[in-house]
Amino acid sequence: MTELAATDPLPKPKRDLAPILLPIALALAVIPFIGSTSSWLTLTAASLAMGMMIFIMASGLTLVFGLMDVLNFGHGAFIAVGAYIATLVLAPFAASMQADSLWMNLAVLAPAALLSMAVSGALGLVVERVLILPVYGQHLKQILMTTGGLIVAEQTLYALWGPQIIPLPLPASLRGSFVIGDVAIAKYRVLATLIGLAVFIAIQLVLNRTKLGLLIRAGVENREMVEALGYRIRRLFLGVFMTGSALAGLGGVMWALYREQVHASMSDDLTVLIFIVVIIGGLGSIGGCFIGAILVAMVANYGGFLVPKLALVSNILLMVAILMWRPRGLYAVTSR
Amino acid sequence: MMILSGDPPRSRVLTLILVVIILALAATPFLFPGAKALNVAAKICVFAALVASYDLLLGYTGTVSFAHTMFYGIGSYAIAIALYAMGPNWAAVATGIVVGLPLAALLALAIGLFSLRVAAIFFAMITLAVASAFQVLASQLSWLTGGEDGRSFQLPELLRPGTVLISKSLFGFEINGRTLTYYLVFAVSALMILGLLRVVNSPFGRVLQAIRENRFRAEALGFRTVFHLTYANCLAALVAASAGILNALWLRYAGPDTSLSFSIMLDILLMVVIGGMGTIYGAIIGATIFILAQNYLQSLMGVAAKAASEAGLPLLPGLLHPDRWLLWLGLLFIASVYFFPTGVVGRLRGGGGDKKAAAPH
Repeated sequence: MTELAATDPLPKPKRDLAPILLPIALALAVIPFIGSTSSWLTLTAASLAMGMMIFIMASGLTLVFGLMDVLNFGHGAFIAVGAYIATLVLAPFAASMQADSLWMNLAVLAPAALLSMAVSGALGLVVERVLILPVYGQHLKQILMTTGGLIVAEQTLYALWGPQIIPLPLPASLRGSFVIGDVAIAKYRVLATLIGLAVFIAIQLVLNRTKLGLLIRAGVENREMVEALGYRIRRLFLGVFMTGSALAGLGGVMWALYREQVHASMSDDLTVLIFIVVIIGGLGSIGGCFIGAILVAMVANYGGFLVPKLALVSNILLMVAILMWRPRGLYAVTSR
Repeated sequence: MMILSGDPPRSRVLTLILVVIILALAATPFLFPGAKALNVAAKICVFAALVASYDLLLGYTGTVSFAHTMFYGIGSYAIAIALYAMGPNWAAVATGIVVGLPLAALLALAIGLFSLRVAAIFFAMITLAVASAFQVLASQLSWLTGGEDGRSFQLPELLRPGTVLISKSLFGFEINGRTLTYYLVFAVSALMILGLLRVVNSPFGRVLQAIRENRFRAEALGFRTVFHLTYANCLAALVAASAGILNALWLRYAGPDTSLSFSIMLDILLMVVIGGMGTIYGAIIGATIFILAQNYLQSLMGVAAKAASEAGLPLLPGLLHPDRWLLWLGLLFIASVYFFPTGVVGRLRGGGGDKKAAAPH
């Protein structure tokens, strides 16, 4: 080992750039297959928007697993709850949703999204206290408990709102596309991408620049050590769980607006995608989750364009390929 | 007892319940006339075997798989496609079995080797992803599987309801092809459950339990845990596929809703946990309770919902609506994971784990 003088900065860990290059390489590699540049740009924009929404939903799950070794199979319930709560606000204000003014639309959308996040977060508190607290450290029971929670949540939504699909039209100012030359990019996708980026940057800033983030990262790496230093990691975990649930709720609202409909079973397919993203990214890694979400969305969009029949199977193939390359995901954070 | 592989129910009440269930199932064609009762009984038989095979995974090795319906579906579809394409003859039945079972085993082997190679915690997630991909695949390959409509087919002559084997005048009961099919389902399911009982009480089964309790220690003792887990996975897949074959033969139909959907997977989970994990007998109890509730509790809930709405209570009619019966089973599921992790069987045996070792055999 080389000697370090006291004034030298600490040696920085090597940056692992290969995973970051992966989506870029994938996007460039499909250009010849797609043919026209304009449809490639449209597809890439769609992938980014979808990836951001999936990232928002998946980030909570990966942090919860990384920090506390809890695998929440009921994560999808928060997505559906978020979407349903949003309809509560959006339905009475349908008029101002249809007004052709961005500010009036946002004045309704923002409170709806905030309320969804608040309710999902509060539900996260209940779920953590009631379902997960009794079964810390027991993976089998966690999976069973949270699966049971998912059933109950889905059925309660059906009981309260009925089994029909609720339409949720996009606000007037977010419909349509920006047309630049012969490239059309849907307005809502731009908004979704911006929100996703904002969430990603916010999470990264909190994790890397604040004491709270330091504790969370330390907890992911070695829980006992953080506890031994006198921090109440349970409380920290509760906070992360609630934040993750709230983000899932936000993702649910965004996804419902993207699909323009709400249904209690909407989380079923998403849960599968989220699991694939979390596995690809490496359990517990936010950066990996971000890249994984973009990769999954790219494979879904490009795959849907090139070989429509294999849309979901292609994601499995992506997962297999990545796990062959890195058996613990793109960024292996935890030692588990 | 030899036939139970030296693993009797070990509780008088449990023995009594099991005997009642098995006798009732065996005598259903004579005791309870009507198509519905026979359908319910056949479904109990099929699911008892299916759930027992899931118990081999969940209860004895402690791995959660969400791909069990996939193997069930492979069995169903194999026999359905064979009988649909080759016509109602025994060669088609044989083809379905010869193609379906090895396919299920190979897929289980592939999933096991791949996902147990990475990390145990991935297994549940990977099986969920693979199963949902398979479901999409099955609905998209409509030239083969009939898509969302599924495939209905005809059974060989001997098994059709129209074939009268012993006419009504002899005993007062008509024994027809349908009755014969029922007893085929009953006998094969019983054989599979006895076979699984044999497996879990063999030295191999003991290793599985050792892996469940402490995988690291089992590995340190020199057992190749990946081999054992994969083997158990393949065995469970084989039994699940066989159960799927029985189910398709009984329904004369295979489709995504009856054999592949995720809700069947949840049903299996509920049955295993309510019946009692790691007991095999729990599968029989769980399947019976669940399927009886599914078929008869719903009408009861309908009555209750009507009464509640007539009394003008808010919210309650919605919660008691017959379609919401899964809500109550879900709550029961959570409660049983939390309060009675050993399920009905464990309760009846009196506390389960600790006394099991002390009880004289």
